[in-house]
Amino acid sequence: MNFFGPEEWAAIKLSLLVAVWAVAVSLPLGVYVAYVLARKQFWGRQVLNAVVHLPLVLPPVVTGYVLLLWFGRRAPIGEFLENTFGLVLAFRWTGAVLAAAIMAFPLMVRSIRLAIEAVDPKLEQAAETLGASRFYVFATVTLPLIIPGILAGCVLAFAKALGEFGATITFVANIPNKTQTIPSAIYALMQVPGSETATARLVMVSVALSVCALLVSEWMANRMAKKVSG
Amino acid sequence: MGISVDIQHAFRGFSLDARFEAHAGVTALFGRSGSGKTTLINAIAGVLTPQSGRIVVGDRVLFDRDAGINVPVHKRGIGYVFQEPRLFPHLSVARNLRYGMRFRTSGAAALGFDHVVDLLGLSTLIDRAPAALSGGEKQRVAIGRALLSSPDILLMDEPLAALDAPRKAEILPFLARLRDEVAVPIVYVSHSMGEVARLASHMVMLKDGAVITQGHTEAVLSDPEMVPWVGVRSAGSVLSARLDAQEPDGLSRLAISGGVLYMPKVAGDIGAQVRVRVMAQDVMLSLSEPSDMSALNILRCRVLSIRKGDGPGAIVQLECGTDRLLARVTRRSVARLALDAGSQCYAVLKTVSVGPVDIG
Repeated sequence: MNFFGPEEWAAIKLSLLVAVWAVAVSLPLGVYVAYVLARKQFWGRQVLNAVVHLPLVLPPVVTGYVLLLWFGRRAPIGEFLENTFGLVLAFRWTGAVLAAAIMAFPLMVRSIRLAIEAVDPKLEQAAETLGASRFYVFATVTLPLIIPGILAGCVLAFAKALGEFGATITFVANIPNKTQTIPSAIYALMQVPGSETATARLVMVSVALSVCALLVSEWMANRMAKKVSG
Repeated sequence: MGISVDIQHAFRGFSLDARFEAHAGVTALFGRSGSGKTTLINAIAGVLTPQSGRIVVGDRVLFDRDAGINVPVHKRGIGYVFQEPRLFPHLSVARNLRYGMRFRTSGAAALGFDHVVDLLGLSTLIDRAPAALSGGEKQRVAIGRALLSSPDILLMDEPLAALDAPRKAEILPFLARLRDEVAVPIVYVSHSMGEVARLASHMVMLKDGAVITQGHTEAVLSDPEMVPWVGVRSAGSVLSARLDAQEPDGLSRLAISGGVLYMPKVAGDIGAQVRVRVMAQDVMLSLSEPSDMSALNILRCRVLSIRKGDGPGAIVQLECGTDRLLARVTRRSVARLALDAGSQCYAVLKTVSVGPVDIG
């Protein structure tokens, strides 16, 4: 692996690690929130919807700053997490996971929610009349039918997490080998004269990963359309 | 197992206040669209919570507003066949059929998988995906799926309404078999008099959210007062008959309490009980026994009552043996024959006017 320099290689590995964790951590909550938004009528539904979508419209630097305010080592939640679980987020790769997860969350929820809304509630009702509890109905009818939507949501969230820059750099800074992801590495390289080829290599990696993610998500969406209509 | 329903429910521009009982066999809820049939059946299923009342199936109280009882849908022990099949698209026919089996309570009399597959003629469909089935096949699978959850009661909400006439004719015999071979009481919602006459032993007539009458199908359908609710064109009586002989010229001879009926070939074993629906508009009346007429079925009757309509028509209720018949004639004919309650006359019925859908 001499094609990439050690710091570039570290940035690629860290980006993949952060993106995978961000998707894994936000998936259970994403499915739950999507289900609640798609199927339940309750007071505050629009508020929840707005909160979920907030990272999409806020400047990422604001999101990162808010994370720092709440999850910094001397901030209330940050201090609690460190004392209780020994989990430090600020200026660590774990913080990059949190920032990426929050920025990718709206995309994931949106995709899963659309899949749930495409499932005919009459099917769920039929399952209930056959004796299945609500939870069992979800596990055996709703979930299998939305798997393609969930996968598409994961791919989108993964791509978003790979490319997250603003909130990440604000919350965990840009420390090579520690918190430097591909986008922050590209940003750092751009400040250094004569590192055009290194920049180009990382840009290509970034483009390749994003295109792959988009293609996979398109393919999933097509499969979902076929499955639900069939 | 008996079912007793007494519920009140009001929503925008509609109020339902209905009380009825149902027993073994098929009980039809009959009425025009908007009469409250589906609301009633949904309340039994627990899909809809009525504002007040009580629903009891067997010895289980499913809903009692005053006692605060409202058993959730999945614990009601009901089978529900909807208008649309609602098969799970991601499961094979076999796995659709088995879906409800794991929730069976030990108390219910369990029907075997093979028995249900055989009863509904599903053996060749078992491995297919729902998408590869025709509309009629899908609905048969849906019926089997509901049966295999071993319900205490089977609810059917116009299960044939979404199908075309040939598909309906394909499923009706299966429903008749179900009625005869399975002990589960069936509540059958329909606005088709043909289906009701063929399948239901009891019927409940609904209009604008209220029960107008209920009782044995034969009694309700041969009541002239019910004709306006049924509609003159679909008015007619149901006779219980026994298949007596298959004649060499393709006709079947049926014995009824007041004589013999010849029908186009009726499939079935000699001695089988069949129900024959005789439409009021297919019955002619004669004072003397006609001998030089093409019609084969001539039944000696006594006039029970005459109900004159607003128009030129009249409905004559006849007694023939222990059965009752309706005849739709003009008021002019009634006057010309000087018919009155107690008059003797002959009912004339063309053999070919009874179609195969009317027998079963």
